[in-house]
Amino acid sequence: MRVSFKINGKKVTLDAAPEARLLDVIREDLGLTGTKEGCSKGECGACSVIVDGELVDSCIFPVAQAEGREITTIEGLSPGGKLHPIQKAFINEGAVQCGFCTPGMVLAAKALLDKKSNPSDADIKEALSGNLCRCTGYTKIKSAVKKASQNGERGRTKKR
Amino acid sequence: MTGQSLFINDVQFPDMLYAATVRAPKPHIRIQSIDDSAAKKLPGVKGIYYAKDVPGDNRVPLVFQDYPFLAGNIAKFQGQAVGLVAAEDPATARRAAAMVKIKYKELPAVFDALEAMKKKSPKIYGKDNIFKKFTVKKGDIKKARAEIEVEDTFTVNYQVHAYLETQGAIAVPRDDGGMVVYGSMQCPFYVQDAVAKVLGETYNKVTIIQQTTGGAFGGKEDVPSIVCGHAAMLARLTGRPVKLIYSREEDFQSMSKRHPGWARIKYGATKKGKIVSCKVKYVLDGGAFATLSPIVLWRGTVHASGPYEIDNVIIETYAAATNKVPCGAYRGFGQPQISFANESLIDMLAGKLNMDPSRLREINAIKKGGTTATNQKITESIGLHKTMALAKKSVGWSKKWKKPSLKKGVKKYGIGMASSIYGVGLGAGGQHLAKSGSFVQIEPDGSALIAVGNTEMGQGARTVLSQIAAETLGAPYELVDMMPTDTSRVPDSGPTVASRTTVMSGTSVMNACKVIRARIDEVVRKELKVKGKVLSENGFYKIGNKKAPYAEIIARCWAERVHLSHAGWFRVEGTTFGEKDGQGNPYFVYTWSTMIAEVEVDTETGLVEVLNFVSAHDIGKAVNPREAEGQIQGGGLQGIGYALLENLVIDNGRMMNPNFTGYIIPTIEDSPDIKPIIVEERYPKGPYGAKGLGEPPLICAAPAIANAVYNATGKRIKDLPLIPERVKCA
Repeated sequence: MRVSFKINGKKVTLDAAPEARLLDVIREDLGLTGTKEGCSKGECGACSVIVDGELVDSCIFPVAQAEGREITTIEGLSPGGKLHPIQKAFINEGAVQCGFCTPGMVLAAKALLDKKSNPSDADIKEALSGNLCRCTGYTKIKSAVKKASQNGERGRTKKR
Repeated sequence: MTGQSLFINDVQFPDMLYAATVRAPKPHIRIQSIDDSAAKKLPGVKGIYYAKDVPGDNRVPLVFQDYPFLAGNIAKFQGQAVGLVAAEDPATARRAAAMVKIKYKELPAVFDALEAMKKKSPKIYGKDNIFKKFTVKKGDIKKARAEIEVEDTFTVNYQVHAYLETQGAIAVPRDDGGMVVYGSMQCPFYVQDAVAKVLGETYNKVTIIQQTTGGAFGGKEDVPSIVCGHAAMLARLTGRPVKLIYSREEDFQSMSKRHPGWARIKYGATKKGKIVSCKVKYVLDGGAFATLSPIVLWRGTVHASGPYEIDNVIIETYAAATNKVPCGAYRGFGQPQISFANESLIDMLAGKLNMDPSRLREINAIKKGGTTATNQKITESIGLHKTMALAKKSVGWSKKWKKPSLKKGVKKYGIGMASSIYGVGLGAGGQHLAKSGSFVQIEPDGSALIAVGNTEMGQGARTVLSQIAAETLGAPYELVDMMPTDTSRVPDSGPTVASRTTVMSGTSVMNACKVIRARIDEVVRKELKVKGKVLSENGFYKIGNKKAPYAEIIARCWAERVHLSHAGWFRVEGTTFGEKDGQGNPYFVYTWSTMIAEVEVDTETGLVEVLNFVSAHDIGKAVNPREAEGQIQGGGLQGIGYALLENLVIDNGRMMNPNFTGYIIPTIEDSPDIKPIIVEERYPKGPYGAKGLGEPPLICAAPAIANAVYNATGKRIKDLPLIPERVKCA
């Protein structure tokens, strides 16, 4: 099956089995390994990507459903190597330890902030509730998302 | 952060094959025959291999060496590796593995540690199913004059590490017959032992390289030896690179876990609350093979009576064999299980004495000059009382603690505390590993490289060691980094376990840097034409009010052929532990901790919400406070999960919930904002005063929660986890 979609702003067309997981197409066909596989069952969120503004578990998302849509992976957040304000906030707050959950977690934050620029603590918890992290205990992730929402798109981050 | 870091499954090699594992279908079987003819015929299958194909020695080189890389005639737990498939793509490898038919006879099996220790149980290890036992005897328990006694039995279940990245390795054969293995791991030198053994190869032909590792917590301490050994074996037999990545389900089924435990404890005290005696019997369920059980048991034994000054102690401990997945290292390493028991019992003693449990702890907490259960005198670096005081103050304990009977309503508030003592490093039980090699060099442009055998796995070792080096060398921090842990390039610093890296490799690196710094200082004195002590500040070396920029001095050193590199070596001496009575000085220093949990219990549903969690630790010196906070919060939430949510069910040897659907780990919705409190009672022999922190943040979290739940409801639950069915009491 031929499938076409936009990924990180670029249009791609490729051949894939309709039931092929979007995760495999992203990692193998397109070579974008920033999106991770943690459980294969849509339980952990390590494979999260943004599809038309919605956070999606790509390990249970058939590529056929990607037809004509706009997908953002972690690689799409920092074109030219310039870090997105959310990424800067994660680094400054110490919200990254092993880094494996980070791509999915950052995208979950982005999907939230794109919809709600000033989320409450409850909004943040709900938006990230599908992304498991075993290292940080989430406290610094919460403050990173809060900080990123306060600093806005221009990426000014205050030093601690 | 940007998706650029390559974890092992992100790495490809040309001509690479993919491996899958054939596993034992039942808990205890004699394998009669294997029919893999159909599997072998699948297009893309390169080969299927078994114990008989192991080029070297089939025994994983760990402790008792009773665990085979691949099962021979007998498999002892459901999920044990029996065979390996190599195929051109991962799906074919898995399909072929599933098609392999094992003909077997089921053997009598045992699934409970206490049952396993009985005379009539099926024997799966030695004559008595006991991997190891220990005794600690202090004073004379028979002479203790206790006016009040409490005694009870506690049980704890498994805990699964649930690192987000499953186990994985890629083995790449070298053209000279050597082997390179990349993998997700904590201890590359352990893996080197294993790969050299399974291949029958010399160490100098085996290179192990740690890949960026997605979480570990002890779950990647010893078992990567199996994963990497398997990949290496296939790479050797096929002559091609082989990638082996575990699915989440098989990671659950076959990889190590926190030991389930059983403990019976008794405390005896005077009516005024002075604890005079402690009796402990503690049993760990080791699973089918010994692996690290003897060592996990040892640490649990030494710490079993808690952080209290008690004159008469008897502790008897056992690790038993059962036909289930072998248990091993998990953050806390035998302490969280017994801490749940002893810290719960302390609260029960407080109840019997009609005393605030924090007061009971304050009365009995070890002070400077006091002694532990092994009769070790604590002469330095003890901030235990401070952790209690600061935790209490932070949460407002005095205003909030009330006895359970005074609470009304369906949703009840409770507050609970627990404390712990934690011996930093491997201790007397791991003397032969108590060393750290390091190598530091300063490059011509002033950037500096550190090489140690310890690994970064998210805990911040790379950051902390770079800071220590930068501070000692007088180099700007941004110019210092640690290189990837490649056994052919870095010295062995011992395993990255036991919260030891900051002290062991920190000291080794610091010592190496001191030697280099002395050479630099000579050059500074020559340049500034002045004698005296050389200080460093903001990128300058200074003597008095004369200064020279760092980069210029380094360039000068290079021009004058000053030796700007040095190898460090640090060993710990003097730890002891009596074989018969467990008396001695098992650790060189201790980290002290207190945690307080505030909960709201819905007595109708049994759901517990953690409203607030304060976690105070005396770590000597926080080299990087932000990373230290991260450890306190991450470990704390794992402890909360252990207390409330995480319930692995193994029924007659079959794991019922090997996935995140059934085994619940905390999500962001389950996480309170964990408040870290860092206490710094300087450890004079530690690098800049530092001790260790990796594990203490988890150790007494569960009893803090259990004590809070009791405080809320008046219901004492003695089995972890505190799932709703156990908690509800409306």
